[in-house]
Parts: sequence; C-alpha cells; structure tokens
Amino acid sequence: MSEFTLQNAVVVDGSGRTEGLRDVVVADGRVAAIGAELDVRGEAIDCRGAWLGPGFVDVHTHLREPGQEWKEDIATGSRAAAAGGYTAVVAMPNTDPAIDSGHLARYVADRGRQVGLVDVVPSGCITAGREGAKLAHLDELCDAGVVMFTDDGDTVADAGLLRRAMEYIAERDGVVVQHCVDAGLAAGGQVHEGEISSRLGMAGVPSEAEEIVIARDLALVRLTGVRYHAQHVSTAGAVALIAAAKAEGLPVTAEVTPHHLFFDHSYVADSNPLYKMMPPLRAPADVEAVRQGLRSGVIDVVATDHAPHADHEKDHAWEEAPFGVIGLEWAAAVVNTVMSLPPEDLFKVLSTVPAHIAGIPDQGRLEVGGPANLVVFDPEAATATSGTVSRSSNAPYLGLELRGAVIHTVYGGRFTVRDAGLVELLRTAG
Amino acid sequence: MKSLLTMEGVDRTTLDSLLDDADEFFEVIHRPIPKVPALRGKTVATMFFEPSTRTKLSFERAAKALSADTLSFSPGTSSLKKGESLKDTVLTVQAMGADLMVVRHTSTGAAWRVAEWTGLPVVNGGDGAHQHPTQALLDSLTLRQHFGALDGLRIAIVGDIRHSRVARSDVWAFTTLGAEVTLIAPPTLLPTDLSGWPVATSTDLDEVLSEFDAIYLLRVQAERGGASVFPSVAEYRQRFGMTDARFSRLKPDTIVLHPGPMIRGIEIDAGVADDPRCKVLEQVTNGVAVRMAVLFQLLGGTRDE
Repeated sequence: MSEFTLQNAVVVDGSGRTEGLRDVVVADGRVAAIGAELDVRGEAIDCRGAWLGPGFVDVHTHLREPGQEWKEDIATGSRAAAAGGYTAVVAMPNTDPAIDSGHLARYVADRGRQVGLVDVVPSGCITAGREGAKLAHLDELCDAGVVMFTDDGDTVADAGLLRRAMEYIAERDGVVVQHCVDAGLAAGGQVHEGEISSRLGMAGVPSEAEEIVIARDLALVRLTGVRYHAQHVSTAGAVALIAAAKAEGLPVTAEVTPHHLFFDHSYVADSNPLYKMMPPLRAPADVEAVRQGLRSGVIDVVATDHAPHADHEKDHAWEEAPFGVIGLEWAAAVVNTVMSLPPEDLFKVLSTVPAHIAGIPDQGRLEVGGPANLVVFDPEAATATSGTVSRSSNAPYLGLELRGAVIHTVYGGRFTVRDAGLVELLRTAG
Repeated sequence: MKSLLTMEGVDRTTLDSLLDDADEFFEVIHRPIPKVPALRGKTVATMFFEPSTRTKLSFERAAKALSADTLSFSPGTSSLKKGESLKDTVLTVQAMGADLMVVRHTSTGAAWRVAEWTGLPVVNGGDGAHQHPTQALLDSLTLRQHFGALDGLRIAIVGDIRHSRVARSDVWAFTTLGAEVTLIAPPTLLPTDLSGWPVATSTDLDEVLSEFDAIYLLRVQAERGGASVFPSVAEYRQRFGMTDARFSRLKPDTIVLHPGPMIRGIEIDAGVADDPRCKVLEQVTNGVAVRMAVLFQLLGGTRDE
C-alpha cells in the first residue's frame, strides 16, 4: 500500500496541538510516525502550516439511502463528507424503510464499506417505523453495532415508551438521541415564533417547543441513567437546560448545527425555502447563546444535520417545501469563520468528541500505530462555495464568503481529498 | 414598480397614484360599454393555487375591461397534484406567453418566488396569511370614496388578525394613507409579536366600540388555524361579532367593511350586512377598479383610446 509524508503541519492529537510544525508519515493505512523533520517516506506533501488532525466525524447525517436516492445516496453523501474533511458519518435512520431492524442497519454499513470513502455508521430507530407507537428491534440493532438511537425528524412523544427505550438502551451502553420539538407547540410551525413569523403570517415554532422536550427528557435521564444526546440545540433556553444537567452530572451531550451557528431568523424574511429547516433559524440572542454554549463546552459537538432535498422539492412556496439544508462540505469552514476556535478546540468539536459520543473506535484519534483517518485544514484559506458534490444543492452557504478550507482528507491511509479537490476516484463515485 | 407583492413599505405617492387611477377606472366600468383598449395584446395569467372565486373573477374582469387576454390556472386541473414543482408549473404557463401573473397560494411567499423565477411582473393575489395587497387597495379606495381621505380616520380591524392576509395588508395601507388602526381580537387571534406594527390593540370591542370611523370585520376562518382558537362560535359572536345591538352603538356615521365572504350570524348580523352603512358591495366593485389600476401600471398600459 501507499505511503506518504505530510510535512509542516500544526498537528492536533489527543494531547492537544504541537508547538511548531510537525510531519506525519502515513504507511499501510496507519500513522507510522509523527515528529519534527522526519525522514520522508513516499511522496512528500507540504502542508504549509495548516492544521492536521483526526478526520472529522459527523453524528448527524442524512444519506437518504435506502429509499430517497433522488436526494442523496450513500455514495454521493460519502463524497460530500470527504470533501468536508470527514472520515466518518452517522447515518440517520429516517430512510424509507426506516432503519428499525438489524438487517437494515447492516445494509447501510455494507453500502458505506462498498463506497469506501468514509465510515458510514448506521444509527437506529427508537420506535418501529419511527411511528412512536412501539419499540424498534433494539436488540437486533444493538447486535448490528448500532450505538445511537433516534427517531430523528420526529420526537418520541410518549414519555412512557421513551422511558422503556432508555432503560433498554442504557443496559446495552447505547445513546438515546432526541430530535427535540414538541409536536403540539410546533403544530404547523414553519419558522421561529416571533416578530418575523408574525410579520410573515406563518405559524411559529416557539423556543419552548424545544425546551420542554429537553426538560422532560432530562427528567427521564435522571430516572434511567441512559446516555442522552440532544440534537440541533437552537435556543438559549435549551443551552441553559443542558448546562444545568451537566452541572448535575447527568450523562448528557448536545450538538449544534453549522446553520444555527451562522444564520438567524432574519434570513427567512424573504421566505426563500433554502433557509427552511427544523428547528428553525432562531433569534439573534439564540445564535449568540449556541455560539457561547459551544465555546464553553456546554454544547459538545458540531453536527451538520446534512439534509439533502432535490431542487424540485425546494422549488415550491415556503410552506410546501421540505425542511432541511445540507452542510457537510462547509461545516468546518462555518465553525472556523464564526468561532475562530484554536485548532485543538476545532478538532475537539468536529472529531474527537463526536467519535466518542458515537462510539466509533477508529475515528477521532491521531496516534502512531493508529488508523490514518485524518484531515488537513487551512484556517486562512478561502472556502469554496461555488458548488457542491452532494446530489442536492440546498445549501445556504453557496456564494458566501467563508474562511477555512479542507486541503487533504485521508481515509484509511488513502487520499479522498487531495490539494483541496476530490481525487479522481471520488468524482466518479456517484 | 415592477410587481405588487406586499403593502409593507409601499409609499404614499404610489398608493395615491394607484387610487387615482382606480378612480378613473371606476368611471370606466360604469360606462355603457365598460371597456378600454389599454392593454390590448397583453396576456394576464391568473395562477390560483388556492381555490378562490371572487378574487379570481375580479382580476379577470379587470383584465378584460382593459382588453387584455386572460389565461386561467386552477389547481384542480393542474399537474401540481401529480407532483410538479411550483417552479415548473409557472415556467410552463410563462412559456405559453403570459405578460403578467396574478398568484394566489396557500403559502407565504409564493408570489415572491414566482417573480424571481419568471422575471415577469407579478401581482400577489393572496399568499397564505401574509399579504393581499389589492384587497388593501380596494379597502382604501372604499374608505377614500366615503370619507374623501383616510387622513385622521380611526379604523378598527376586528377578528382573526393572526391568520389574516387582509389585516397584514390593510395595516400598512391604512396607516401609510394617514389613518390610525386598532386591532381588536381575542388573544388567540392576535399575532404573537407585533413589534414594528404601527397599530394599537385591544381585546375588548365593547370598550372601544364608539371610537371608530370604520369597523373592518374579518371572517372567522375555520379553515386556517386548524386548532381550536376560541371556545365556541357563539362566544365569539357575543364578544366580537357585529351584532345589531352593537351596530346601534356605533357613531351614526361609522361604516362597516368586510372582505367577504361574510358569515352572517357569526361575525356580522344580517341586519348589519344589509344596512347601507355596510360597504361590502362597494368594496367588490372597487376591487375591479383597483385591479385595473394595478394591471395598467404594471403592464405600462397606454391611455390613448
């Protein structure tokens, strides 16, 4: 197998970042050496001071396969992930059919391996068919290696059912992952409830729709002891709830999306469905709160909620267009642009901690002898926002000026992105 | 003005100009031969993605009175039901040769998107609970005909403000033309956040009833909102309906407006609906006149006859 030497990078590993520049030698799919001015093995590639760390890991990706391949499939979604510096993504189970039994989870993982561009890690449903009525085949899903359980896209509304799921999943050392939107409060809701929803005459999704689900779930976490992960936290009140739960010592983690870090609800004022997602873009004070939450560690990770929809589905008036935006390709750049995190923190929220939450052993670490899943990210380079390699183009970032570019992505010791371009192998993958 | 999409932000000069033209067209439609050749050769497409009878008829009447041709689209006969995108649908009609589109849709923002996709002049014929600018123009014309001007008028808008594109349009037109507007509704039917709206609000109609020059009643829209928004229709009538008893307590020269269709016995008693101070039919006629003015201005019609 190939070997190469990445030279002159700020290297971020489990212990933090290096002082000064280092080289990383990759050989036979593994990290062979990390050090200053190492002997070159294979091709020498100058990273020119960019940041080199473990490949990014997304705990919230919609790959749409099986069932909605006109939006995205495991090949095109893997391609977009690689382009964004990812070496692993957790595939959400709201496919058609929903991933609610073992063979379906194995199918997703198998397809991911066939494509071979990132680890495609299946998550599983909490309830059968995501219908919220009875438990999914949690036993089979656990046996198939599923760690994260969610009805994402819908909230598990029945507290009794959720409690039983939590008790089961706690014993199997899984994570209950909740899409936190109260269906009653958010009924018909299109945008954040407030000045703009009132002006537009659209039903609002109040912040409380998110917060009461989190508050209830935290009570159940206290009861069951399950590991719990709140998806796409978007309100100041939700950040406060998570902070209090962590202070109490509950086993809770939370994610924020790039779009909730970047945009506020003023972007929906001209009702372009490109900005339509659930939870909705919130008020400026909420955006400030989630940024602060990420900075302080209350929010553990950035997760994309990459949600592809075809143009013909978004080419409707707002209320008929589906919820969701894509984000894999720009997530790191958005975080870098908005937050200007130091390299060790950027890799923490985009790689180390997400890998830990999702329980993916070969990801989120960079060490000699470990697997060569890594990314070289230049925080000063301009971000390419002229197009996408996803099958869908519902990306609110296109045309924006962002800072930071993925220069190289290495998956299993092999380049998937080289010199800020997808390698040829990749271009034909979809 | 390239398109007429919203009343918010439309300045007084523009409103006055549209209403002045509407006055002229009001005269035209009362002629023995109510037709002028101003838009001969132009084609107006009425794209009604939400069922409507009167607004669509009114636009078509206005177009024909200006000698424009009309293309009529309604969702029951369309390929939308087969899953075609809104964009493909409007581009298809554009390809048939429309010069202007009138768009009505159940969703906020539909007319904006159509304007963006087609590049055509677009008139928003009502988008969700957002805007219905020609309704605001015809309401303004009705008030102007009756009172001479809107300056200093005190106008109450009563009813389901939260789900009303009529209220969201009238608020801006009336206040830009110099009136004071009070929104009166139960709390469940007021918008949740009125920051930036140039209005007063009240939840007690009886308390403020005698202060107004005009009372604008909104229809109780059972099909919007969906969820139960007040305990009973009877209770609504008792607190917010323009009953005969309440009508008798208005100032003697106060007029009543309603966008139609009226639900007699709920928001308006039959005796009020049939009283000469209820201007509903005048509003309907004025609807044709203001829509002629809008089509005329957007399509750059000529006054030569």
